[in-house]
Amino acid sequence: MYSMSIVVEAILTGMLTGSVYALVALGLTLVYGVLHIINFSHGAMLAAAMFAVLMLNQVFGLDPYVQIPILVPVLFVAGYAIQRFIIGPGSHGKDENILMITLGISIVIENVLLAIFRSDIRSINTDYSFNVFEVGPFIFSQARVFGLIGSVVTAVVLWIFLARSDTGKAIRAVSKEKLGASLVGINVNHVYATTFGIGFACLAIAACLLLPTFYVNPSIGGTFVLVAFTVVVLGGMGSIVGAMMGGLIIGVVESLSGLFLGESLGQIGIFLTFIAVLLFRPAGLFGAKA
Amino acid sequence: MTTRHTSINRRTFIKTGVAGAAVLAAPAVLRAQTPPTIKVGVLQPVTGAFAMDGGFGRVGAEMGVAKVNAMGGIKALGGAKFEMIFADARSNPEVAVQEVEQLNSRGVAAIVGGFASPVCLAASQAASRYNLPYIVDVGVTDQIIQRGLKNTFRFSPGFSLCTRTAIENLIKINDAAGKPAKTIVLVHEDGLFGSGLAKMMAEELPKHGFEILDSISHPTPARDMSNVALRIRSLKPDLIIPSSYYGETVLLCRTLRQQRVRAKGIFAVLNGAASNLRFVREFPDVAENIMDCNHWHDPQKPAAIALRQEVEAAGKPWNYNIALNFSDMLLLADAIERAGSVDHEKVIEALASSTFEGHLMPYGPTKFVDGQNMGAAPVMTQVQKGDINVIFPEEFADAKANYPLEI
Repeated sequence: MYSMSIVVEAILTGMLTGSVYALVALGLTLVYGVLHIINFSHGAMLAAAMFAVLMLNQVFGLDPYVQIPILVPVLFVAGYAIQRFIIGPGSHGKDENILMITLGISIVIENVLLAIFRSDIRSINTDYSFNVFEVGPFIFSQARVFGLIGSVVTAVVLWIFLARSDTGKAIRAVSKEKLGASLVGINVNHVYATTFGIGFACLAIAACLLLPTFYVNPSIGGTFVLVAFTVVVLGGMGSIVGAMMGGLIIGVVESLSGLFLGESLGQIGIFLTFIAVLLFRPAGLFGAKA
Repeated sequence: MTTRHTSINRRTFIKTGVAGAAVLAAPAVLRAQTPPTIKVGVLQPVTGAFAMDGGFGRVGAEMGVAKVNAMGGIKALGGAKFEMIFADARSNPEVAVQEVEQLNSRGVAAIVGGFASPVCLAASQAASRYNLPYIVDVGVTDQIIQRGLKNTFRFSPGFSLCTRTAIENLIKINDAAGKPAKTIVLVHEDGLFGSGLAKMMAEELPKHGFEILDSISHPTPARDMSNVALRIRSLKPDLIIPSSYYGETVLLCRTLRQQRVRAKGIFAVLNGAASNLRFVREFPDVAENIMDCNHWHDPQKPAAIALRQEVEAAGKPWNYNIALNFSDMLLLADAIERAGSVDHEKVIEALASSTFEGHLMPYGPTKFVDGQNMGAAPVMTQVQKGDINVIFPEEFADAKANYPLEI
C-alpha cells in the first residue's frame, strides 16, 4: 500500500512525537511513583508553561530553547510550593482529597489562563521552525529532532539524579517505604514537594521543546496528558525508563495506525494498546510486579 | 338653543383638545430633553472555544451601533439611538438560551449575533418564544433557516450555498487557468462540519473530471500532521482541499511546508485559518497563496475599506465577522426605520421585506426567503503578499488568482 520509505519515515516521525509524550509522562510517572497519586493538574501546568514560553518569547524575544534554564527552576519552585502549601496541607493524608485538589488546581489554572490569554490559538515562528534535516529520502523537522534529543537527555539526567544523588535516593526511599524513610530521618513532606517540583520542571522542558512546532491555547494540556497517562500505564507506573520507552512506543503506534487507518481512527491504536497492557501486563512493560 | 349648543360644543372641544394635546405633547417634551434609546441585544461567545471569533463579532456590532447613532439614530422614532446590551454566550448553547431570556427581560428590540451554529440554533429558538427578531451573523448550518422560525434571519450565506459556490468557483478558476489540476486530496476534521464538506466534495468533484485520490480525516485537536503530510507527499495531488478549524489548518500547512509538499493550489472552504489575518501575519510564507471560499467584505465598497482602516488603526485585527456584524446592525436599523416602531411583529415584517443595500458585503440588496438572505454569497479569497484578497467573482475582486502555483 505505502512504499517502505514512507512507512519507515512514519515510524521515525512517530518516535519524534512520542519523545514529547514521554517527556510529559516523565513528570506524571515520577509523581505517581512517589506520591501514589495521579496529578490531574499536569495538563493545565503544561499549558501554563507553554504560555510562559510564549510570553518570554514575545516580550523579551527569548528563543524557546534559551528559556529552558529560566523556566525549569521557576516551575520547580511552583511545583514545590503547590505540593508543600496547597496539596499537602489540604489533603489531610487522604488520597482522594489529593485527586480533588489537583483537579481543582487544574480548573483554576486553565481559567486563569483563559482570563488572561483568552481561548485564542497562538504559536510562535522561529528561524528554525521550518528547517529540516534531510537524511537520505527522509525529511525531519529540526525542532522535533531537538525535541527528541531534549527528551532523552532529560530522562537520562533524571535517571542518574535518582540513582546517584542523596535527594534521588531519598525520593526512591520514600516511594518504596514512606514510614521507613521517615524513621531514618528523611523529611517526607520535603521529598514529596521536591518530587512534585521535578514533575513540573519536566513540563517546563516539554513546553520549551514543543512550542517551536506546536500551538498553544489554555486547553492544550488535555491534548497531551491523556496520551501521557497511557504512556505511564504502558511503561509501568513510576518507571522512568518505562515512560521513555512507553512514549516512543505510543508515538510509533499512533503514527502507524494513523497512516494505515486514517488520523481519526488512528487514535484507536493508542487506546487498544492501553487496554491490551491493562489486560496482559497490568504492571506495565517496565513496572515492578505489584 | 343655538348659543347653548355651541358652548357645549366649545367646552367639549377644549376638553378633548387639551387632553389630546397633553398626550401628544408629553413625548415631544421628553424627546426635546433626551431622545429615547432602542436597546439592541448583541450575543457573542467572548469566552470559551469561540472566544476569538466572538470577540471579532462584538467589535463589529459595537462599530455598527456607533455608525447607526452617528448617522442620527432612527429618524422615524425621533432620532432614537441604539443602545447595545451585550451578552456573553460563553461558547455554549445552554448559556446562550439563558442570555436570550435576560436580554428579552431587559426589553431589547432585537438580537444580533451568535457566531457558532449551535449557539445560533439555540438562541434563535429561545428568541422565537417571544417573537423577538434574531439576526444570525455567521452560523452556517442549513438547519438555522429550516425550522420555520419567523423571527430568525440570516444575512450571510449558509453551508449548502457556500459549498455549492466553492465547487463552482473551483471549476471556474481551474478552467480559466487551462485545467491544470486533475487530482485532489481532501483533508478534513472528523466532525459534522469537515466530514459533511468532504463528503459533498467527494460526490460532486468527480462529476467534473476531478479524481479524488484520498480523503484524510483527522481529529480536533490534532497533535500531529506529519502522517497526513506524508500521505499527501506520496499521493502527489494537484490540489489539496482542507476543511478544518484554525489550529489544525495552521499545523497542516506548516507541516506541508516543512515536509516540502508542493501542490498547484491549496483550496479551502469555510476555513478557520485561511480567512484569518492572524495566520497570515504569524506565518506569512506558509499562508501565501492559500485560497478560501468564505465570507469576506466587498473590497470594492469604500465603506468597507474605511471600516477596516478604522479597526486596524485602533490596533485590532480585521476579520469578516466584523464586517458581518456591522452590516447586520445597519440592516436592523434600516428595518426599524421602515417599521417606524420597535414592535417585534413590525420589525420582523420589515426585515422580511428588506431590500437593504448599505452593507459591506459582496451581496447586493437583501431579499429574505424564509429568513435566508438569497442575495448572500461567499467569495473566493487568496492570501497574496501578506494580505487576504478577493479573487473571484470578478466584480468584487481586488486581485487576480495566482493559480496554478509552480511546483
